Amino acid sequence: MGNPNRVKAESGIMRWIDDRFPATQMWQDHLSKYYAPKNFNFWYFFGSLALLVLVNQILTGIWLTMSYNPSAEGAFASVEYIMRDVEYGWLIRYMHSTGASAFFVVVYLHMFRGMMYGSYKAPRELIWIFGMAIYLALMAEAFMGYLLPWGQMSYWGAQVIISLFTAIPVIGGDLAQWVRGDFLISGITLNRFFALHVIALPIVLLALVVLHILALHEVGSNNPDGIDIKKNKDSNGIPLDGIPFHPYYSVKDIVGVAVFLFVFCTIIFYFPEMGGYFLEPPNFEPANALKTPAHIAPVWYFTPFYAMLRAVTFPLFGLDAKFWGVVVMGAAIAILFVLPWLDRSPVRSIRYKGNLSKIALVLFAISFVILGVLGALPSTPGRTLVAQIATLVYFAYFVLMPFYTKIEQTKPVPERVTG
Amino acid sequence: MKKQLLALFMAIVPSLALAAGGGNVHLDEMKPDIYDQPSLQRGAHLFVNYCMGCHSMQYQRFSRTAEDIGIPQDVVEQNLIFSSAIKYNDQMRIAMNPKDAAQWFGAPPPDLTLTARLRGTDWIYTYLRSFYVDPARPWGTNNTVFPDVGMPHVLEPLQGVQTKVCEPGSEAAAKATVVDPLTGKTSGGNEGCFKLVKQGSMSPQEFDKAMYDLTNFLAYVGEPSKLESNEIAPKVLIFIVIFFFVSYLLKKEYWRDIH
Ligand code: HEC
Ligand code: HEM
Repeated sequence: MGNPNRVKAESGIMRWIDDRFPATQMWQDHLSKYYAPKNFNFWYFFGSLALLVLVNQILTGIWLTMSYNPSAEGAFASVEYIMRDVEYGWLIRYMHSTGASAFFVVVYLHMFRGMMYGSYKAPRELIWIFGMAIYLALMAEAFMGYLLPWGQMSYWGAQVIISLFTAIPVIGGDLAQWVRGDFLISGITLNRFFALHVIALPIVLLALVVLHILALHEVGSNNPDGIDIKKNKDSNGIPLDGIPFHPYYSVKDIVGVAVFLFVFCTIIFYFPEMGGYFLEPPNFEPANALKTPAHIAPVWYFTPFYAMLRAVTFPLFGLDAKFWGVVVMGAAIAILFVLPWLDRSPVRSIRYKGNLSKIALVLFAISFVILGVLGALPSTPGRTLVAQIATLVYFAYFVLMPFYTKIEQTKPVPERVTG
Repeated sequence: MKKQLLALFMAIVPSLALAAGGGNVHLDEMKPDIYDQPSLQRGAHLFVNYCMGCHSMQYQRFSRTAEDIGIPQDVVEQNLIFSSAIKYNDQMRIAMNPKDAAQWFGAPPPDLTLTARLRGTDWIYTYLRSFYVDPARPWGTNNTVFPDVGMPHVLEPLQGVQTKVCEPGSEAAAKATVVDPLTGKTSGGNEGCFKLVKQGSMSPQEFDKAMYDLTNFLAYVGEPSKLESNEIAPKVLIFIVIFFFVSYLLKKEYWRDIH
């Protein structure tokens, strides 16, 4: 019965299911007979941790939605209602707000791993592209979620970002108004952001994560050596350097989960505001359209791009600086999508690339961190200059990559994975 | 490994750096202690008597406050609730219309439930002790922490009247600052700049202590969940540590034959 090409259980209830749904087949394809390189290191924990945080966000989000009131009149008070009157509401809310920041910590480290080990290179371009799409959706999800508590920073942060659309010539003003659904950010904006945040974007994110993992399992995982483990197989066709994901990596990832949860829970219980970076103090005041805060800073995970936006201070070709700032900010994200085609090195991993690539990656990481710090601070002429230099370094990493990866001397790649 | 650590460090630094500080006014330090119930009770008493005429705490309920800081229900109903329209389980709202208030004071008195989280406790503690005589202002008082504030010096009966004799943060203020030889704590540039010209019903020490209690109460109200959070945190963290060791041993057992 059913599809004769599938692996099936011998008998019993599993057999009944397998005749109707490829359960055993899927279990083997994705877990018990998915062979992953045995040399994964620390950096390989962050994919499974991203999944954990995704589940956390969805579950706590559902419970928050049960008591949250998406209206300009009621939103702020309903969040305090959750914090005070709902049983364990404070815990659910802090899990969600801390989870948002944790998501970006984990995803940034996950992406950096990909950049170090050349995981974006053929044949994994689509894993990378789906990953980038996840990153974009995640930024939209976080941006819209941040409006929901309807505090001063929610309001003015959204105001600043949406008004960026007005920098686009001709249609900008109308476009910004279309996004807001009003002349200013209002309850109308809040309602549509709520709809997108709780339904539309989570569905997109989940779908993209499924595509991301299907693409990964089609070609197999990369590893810190950047070696193709499928080149060396035993007589059964199993990679010599591969081990079944389950149980080996399932038990290993659980250790990572324990460490992550320790840090995560410490923050939730003792530092939910994280020094004003996870929850910004001005957000403890309800949104007020008549009172602009002295210093508007986006949440930390957007600050690198915000710094780039502000680094562009001069008009060009008759278009004002703000427009070019938006272009630079968009390009900073867009250029990551084409990374697989910029790297022309014969090797994948930074371990075997030449010195130019190593220096470039370190400079890139430093510039990104500097931009992140600057984006959180009020701008001064000195800081703007540093931001401009850091922006140039950020782009140089990508734009010069086809050259430095081509001309540098790489090290010989071993036949089998190391340690 | 060193390189990996460096890379990790660089990736997480922005989330660890300290938030940029507020204005440049000197703030006196106060360390809230939300387990000091007598202090919180005195603070709550001051709040309902001296502040609730103008400021609400509309997100916090009388009942929750009473249970958390240890005041019996009948005491609350007799001493803290002044209107028969307000019940024990109600939120700490007030009757004043914000529109009228804005007319009277130039700005509506904001709700104070979250002020400790918005401004910080040092700010509130210093603010409450920094009212001084300024005939140019409508109420005859001004404030060094909140210049041209709309709030009158409602604590004058307790503190008395003080004048400003130097600019806080100036050289003269630095000279006037008193350092306690025992604790090494400064009484703050602001304090050194004020001179008590008329004593209230409290001595300066008593008044500072009362303002500590009031600020402490505002700190508690800002985040009442801290009590519950502190209570379950160690249990959860210890569980996670045990879970870590179990999962680590399990991992070692499975990986024994992988080389
Ligand atoms: C007579 C009415 C009145 C009373 C009583 C009163 N205040 Fe105020 N308070 C105000 C007004 C009005 C403002 C707004 C000032 C402004 O914005 O200029 C204010 C502002 C404040 C602020 C600053 C809040 C912020 O974030 O801007 C604090 C803190 C404060 N009051 C605390 C207290 C405390 C504590 C008491 C009790 C000891 C108290 N107030 C009693 C009228 C009052
Ligand atoms: C919701 C967010 C994400 C989830 C849940 C997720 C999940 C995963 C998982 C479970 C893996 C396999 C385990 C591992 O290699 O660590 C993986 C691999 C990978 N991910 Fe993601 N990911 C997310 C976002 C991203 C982003 C934003 C990018 C980059 C733009 C990305 C790029 C990659 C790459 C290149 C791999 C293959 C790594 C390798 O084989 O070396 N992912 N992802």
